[in-house]
Amino acid sequence: MSKLKPAVNSADHHQGNVNATITLVEYGDFECPHCRRAHPFVKRLLQERSKELHFVFRNFPLNEIHPHAYVSAVFAEAAGKQGKFWEMHDLIFENQDRLNSNFLLSLAEGLGLDLIQFAKDSKSEDVQNKIEKDFESGIRSGVNGTPTFFLNGSPVLTYDETYESLLDAVQLETEMKQH
Amino acid sequence: MAPEFDLFMTPDQKINSVELKGKPVILAFYPADWSPVCGDQMTLYNETLKLFRKFNAQLIGISVDSKWCHMAFSENRNLHFPLLSDFEPKGAVSKLYGCYNETNGESERAIFVIDEQAIIQWSYLSPDDINPGADGILDALEKLPNLK
Repeated sequence: MSKLKPAVNSADHHQGNVNATITLVEYGDFECPHCRRAHPFVKRLLQERSKELHFVFRNFPLNEIHPHAYVSAVFAEAAGKQGKFWEMHDLIFENQDRLNSNFLLSLAEGLGLDLIQFAKDSKSEDVQNKIEKDFESGIRSGVNGTPTFFLNGSPVLTYDETYESLLDAVQLETEMKQH
Repeated sequence: MAPEFDLFMTPDQKINSVELKGKPVILAFYPADWSPVCGDQMTLYNETLKLFRKFNAQLIGISVDSKWCHMAFSENRNLHFPLLSDFEPKGAVSKLYGCYNETNGESERAIFVIDEQAIIQWSYLSPDDINPGADGILDALEKLPNLK
């Protein structure tokens, strides 16, 4: 698998310590059950390794097999326009079995978003382009399914859908950085 | 030159490779409909069609499964590109491209990028259990000499 292309940049949604030595990137699909499984692992890592870790999420919706993946990505990006990307990201994963447009809209309401602006942003080229660019960057980086993780630009090939495998990969990268 | 072929893509419709001249073609041989890795690979390529189209490229999947099996698989996965049936004589086209596994009687996981003049410009053989992704295909399409 290739290296991450392009590298993490200002267009990305960031979480954690931006000055951290370790950057974890996830290519994810909001309706993918494997991404749902990985979601609490990433949250736990961010809690336990808050000083060392910087996390970025890029959209990789597989629309043809997950009919709500794209609209979920649009809603998360539109929420991001009002500074609530991560809140929406978390809510979508936590309610993955209930995804439809009405339910997603209720999440936007629950977050206290300006719904008129939200509707405009949902239809904007800017949001669509962000999702398309995320997807293309995933393809260019050799992503072949979701979730795919990259640590400091290199693919994590050892993730086996356990927290420990993700933690071990981060730990290994941390040790390499220290030597 | 890319070997020619004439195979069923639906129960009553064939594709002849001569008809494909004039545009780049991505031929993706794979072992079997319904197998987990093949399913993931075809699903990924289905989503990548929009990027392939930027190069005016036609994606075609090929395996030794029957045309009826392809039809069910394609409908199940919502695929928007043809799957060709290298069924009778079994694996004949896969053999022409040097990617037929005689031991298990399936095509290997091999990709060919063919230019507008039907010349193979890039190929890649992936292990059966690895989904090769689409980055290599896009890189190859970008390097096609006849790209207008």
